[in-house]
Amino acid sequence: MPISETNSGKKVWQLRDRNQTLIRYFGYLVTVAVFMWCWKQISDSTTWYFVWDAPRIAADIGSRAMPPKWDYISELWVPIWDTLNIATLGTILALVMAVPVAFLAASNTTPSKLFVRPIALIIIVSTRSINSLIWALLLVSIIGPGVAAGLMAIAIRSIGFCAKLLYEAIEEIDTKQIEAISATGASRWQVMVYGIVPQIMPAFAGISVFRWDINIRESTVLGLVGAGGIGLQLQSSLNVLAWPQVALILLVILVAVVLGEWVSAKVRGAII
Amino acid sequence: MSDVTLDMRLGTKWRKPHFVKNPALRWGLIIGALVYLVLAVSSIEVNWARVSEGLIRGWNFIIAFASPDFTSRGTDIQEGLIESVIMTITSTIVGIAISIPIGLGAARNIAPLPIYMICRGIVALSRALNEIIVAILMVAIFGFGPLAGFITLSFATIGFLAKLMAEDIEDMDRVQAEAIRSTGSSWLQWIDYGVLPQVLPRLVGLSMYRLDINFRESAVLGLVGAGGIGATLNTAFDRYEFDTAAAILLIIIVTVMCLEYLSGIIRRKVQ
Amino acid sequence: MLQIEKLTKRYPTGDLALNAVDLEIPKGQVIALIGPSGAGKSTLIRCLNRLVEPTSGKVTLKGQDITALGARGLRAARRKMGMIFQEYALVERLTVMENVLSGRLGYVGFWRSLFRKYPQSDVDEAFRLLDRVGLLAMADKRADELSGGQRQRVGIARALIQNPDLLLVDEPTASLDPKTSRQIMRLICELCEERELAAIINIHDVALAKMFVQRVIGLKLGELQFDGKPDELTADVLTTIYGEEDWEATIEKVDDEDLDEAVV
Repeated sequence: MPISETNSGKKVWQLRDRNQTLIRYFGYLVTVAVFMWCWKQISDSTTWYFVWDAPRIAADIGSRAMPPKWDYISELWVPIWDTLNIATLGTILALVMAVPVAFLAASNTTPSKLFVRPIALIIIVSTRSINSLIWALLLVSIIGPGVAAGLMAIAIRSIGFCAKLLYEAIEEIDTKQIEAISATGASRWQVMVYGIVPQIMPAFAGISVFRWDINIRESTVLGLVGAGGIGLQLQSSLNVLAWPQVALILLVILVAVVLGEWVSAKVRGAII
Repeated sequence: MSDVTLDMRLGTKWRKPHFVKNPALRWGLIIGALVYLVLAVSSIEVNWARVSEGLIRGWNFIIAFASPDFTSRGTDIQEGLIESVIMTITSTIVGIAISIPIGLGAARNIAPLPIYMICRGIVALSRALNEIIVAILMVAIFGFGPLAGFITLSFATIGFLAKLMAEDIEDMDRVQAEAIRSTGSSWLQWIDYGVLPQVLPRLVGLSMYRLDINFRESAVLGLVGAGGIGATLNTAFDRYEFDTAAAILLIIIVTVMCLEYLSGIIRRKVQ
Repeated sequence: MLQIEKLTKRYPTGDLALNAVDLEIPKGQVIALIGPSGAGKSTLIRCLNRLVEPTSGKVTLKGQDITALGARGLRAARRKMGMIFQEYALVERLTVMENVLSGRLGYVGFWRSLFRKYPQSDVDEAFRLLDRVGLLAMADKRADELSGGQRQRVGIARALIQNPDLLLVDEPTASLDPKTSRQIMRLICELCEERELAAIINIHDVALAKMFVQRVIGLKLGELQFDGKPDELTADVLTTIYGEEDWEATIEKVDDEDLDEAVV
């Protein structure tokens, strides 16, 4: 226990000794310095006149956006349907691809730790470190604007996410159950179906619903880069500064997100 | 104890019991799902001519990954990247600082009801609004540049961290907290000694995770003018400069991998 | 029927779990394998059906050299060795019936097992076994809804539906209370008698072992220390196997009638 002596020779208890304290303060100092430097960079590239003016602008936009243009909703039904499809079909497509990747990536099911596993891990890392909006950007420039590009973007982005969670679940399964099934003389595939699949089913269901919920959120903005869904309307309304329409679209998105979260919570409760 | 006898079951077929017991509901769900799938798939229009033309471009893009071009737009990439990193660091620090009080306030077992409602409201709002949408609004209000991105990411960090922290506090060990309270501590002392030590290790791990997310997000905020490398990326795609785009994507992937590796080490150290 | 010759297992860590074990078991004999933790009991059992690959030595079941088999041959050989586990090792999220039928996996093809289309003879046999272990009414319950004793009965039914020549039983009672332990041991021994099955029961509880089996094998640090009738298991023998301790209470004949009015 670190104890130091005061000038009068009295012993005083301290939580840390002098070196630890110094290192700690040095850490704080570095953090503050880095933060201040970063802040300076941001500040330099900001037009502060606009910022001071921000409350007025915000109030101005707010007053123009209210009330939302309710009858615009008739033009939103198709984009809403598209958004739902992008999220749902994208999730399904992603799961179809994520399952094999997960089995190849899990260290206890991969056919080869040296060759196959690294490839599967690279697929996982590269698909999940790139935002779905960037994937959409890329796909729009490859296959053209539309729902298909958005769907593919959501699917690709979700592969890594789902496969990562799934392969972690596979690595955590109870090996005794596998042993028991192998001991009956079951083949490799039978062990898979009887020993592994039942054990990861709850995780799989949870991951699917979880990702679907996230995909609902993400698919609402894909339209900004031309990949279909309600984001297209948002983009065109923003371009013409039609704030009442923007307000309605944001409201619709909010409702969709809340509904998505509610549905996924219900489904998760029913399955697990 | 059984009302089923062996003779009744011998020779009868056995089928796995269905997951959904009620047959009407089961078939309803199956048919509903099929109808939805057919409708959904048929409503997707694909312009095959455009796709086949695009496939060549897609192939070029894959080729570009083999020879990414870091140099011809080198300064743009560098500036965008630095801006992304700056936004990531500042927004994570500010986000954590604000999340702690809000997380405490959003935990039902330590906060009074009015404060709880306000903090939960902030968390719910932050989680419901997509970063891009917040960024659009922030750009409209504060003008183009990294400030809008910084505010967006800070706001998103609050929703993420405060929610998880509040859940942690609600699940914490009551006995430890009660023991501190029983020493006659003040509210702040109680939080400092009874509550925070229980949730801080996980909070550190989550903060690292959020740093990682913030970096990934900062790469797209540029698409709507909120600063960072996204703007450079957008330009590259618009001009079909796939080799530059590939370079940027590679930088993002490598950075995210490094951050993940780093956060893994830190999390293991703390927990 | 089962011959074990010079069976040796050395783990990659360098630990010698089995050191040249020789053993022969005739048809229909139930033996108990006792010994302290780490003596290699589990390893021995798992080397027989090669869940653990033996380092050297030979295992012969009904004249067939198990240690020389390829993957396909091993699958066929495993069908003839039913295994019962300490913590039941049921597939928790499948029903009781599926767990029992999983004992037939070595006999049915992949697609049949995937769609749960087992031959009617297998289904009937599963019902018969469930009735025999007293769980017919539970057939469609999920395995994780059962109590410990019930799960172990499902485990027994799964091993028996393989129609084995030999039962490998790994600590069948270690997770059960004393009364259920006896019921399970009695059930295993009765079934072995009915079907003339040989069995190797790996067990911690010496008193329980002596109550039910005809022959006891003592294992210590991977080597055979004792092979004889339960009566020959004296305090001295137990001391050589386990080390110094007061063994009087263990060797005393336990009267098992007062403990259970078994429903078995």
